[in-house]
Amino acid sequence: MEELQQILSDLLPGAVFNTNPQFVEAVVPAGDLHKFALELKNNPKTLFDYLVCCSGVDKNEELSVVYHLRSTKLKHNCVIKVVTTDRVNPEFDSVFDLWASAEFFEREIFDFYGIKFKNHPDLRRLFLEDDFVGYPLRKDYVDNINIVQ
Amino acid sequence: MGIKIKSMKYEDFNDNESLELFKKSGSNGFFMTTIDSIINWGRSNSVWPLTFATSCCGIEMMAAGASRHDFARFGIEVYRASPRQADVIVIAGTIVHKMAPVLKRLYDQMADPKYVIAMGACAISGGPFFNNTYSVVRGADHIIPVDVYIPGCPPRPEALLYGIMQLQRKIKAESKENRLESRENFI
Repeated sequence: MEELQQILSDLLPGAVFNTNPQFVEAVVPAGDLHKFALELKNNPKTLFDYLVCCSGVDKNEELSVVYHLRSTKLKHNCVIKVVTTDRVNPEFDSVFDLWASAEFFEREIFDFYGIKFKNHPDLRRLFLEDDFVGYPLRKDYVDNINIVQ
Repeated sequence: MGIKIKSMKYEDFNDNESLELFKKSGSNGFFMTTIDSIINWGRSNSVWPLTFATSCCGIEMMAAGASRHDFARFGIEVYRASPRQADVIVIAGTIVHKMAPVLKRLYDQMADPKYVIAMGACAISGGPFFNNTYSVVRGADHIIPVDVYIPGCPPRPEALLYGIMQLQRKIKAESKENRLESRENFI
């Protein structure tokens, strides 16, 4: 893991590494996400060819997206995070062009958190009705009609 | 008198009073009750369920249909994949707002006479999802009229068999006057 973290810190000069007992975990600046992801996928030392899971997180003051990556050739994993404090119009780059599985993950995150993804081919709601108002997994979501406390 | 079915003794059932009351609300003349009893005998012994299950209660429903419990013994013979051929819809699982119009349409597509069994806590009241949810309908009876409620989370196949027998008894208590009562009074 230290070895992989060293490789990643060389590739991602702007990244901050968190301590995580299971994965190498890097927080990257939102603007550089797509550039870094492209590097992680194509660099022969990393070769992350599989996006295992991509999830949204709401921590009240900030919204973030977490990418779990795996290399099926080199058999190693890593976690990439991007964070924004903009709750009105949060937006990240889509990684759909690198990993096709991101299409539905990103639709799901858009559905529940309202995080938009630039260059996503088909950013619609996935699970909820098309006319659903609001983003229900956000911490500040209020619904006085349906929610019984 | 009592509303009898073959499978179980009259005294062993709970809630005989409401079924007796339901029977009294129907016709009383000798001619009509004889015709009704023949029709009801036929209907109650071949109630075909619709293949419809939205969550874990559906697994118990499948278990009830499989060889150990085998509700074909009661004439709940065969799951129909088309609502046109089904007599009863067992709401086995959580109904969310996105599913609600589909359920309503399935119920509307079923041919008369049609019956509804709400199986499990979710179909009765929303159950474990009652609080703090934005998506779950709190009880299938918000959408369609329900004949029999089976509590449990999920109910065991024996509970489903009991509910089915109660439905058979309810069918036996029907007559021309009260057959559509629950649907006409449904808001």
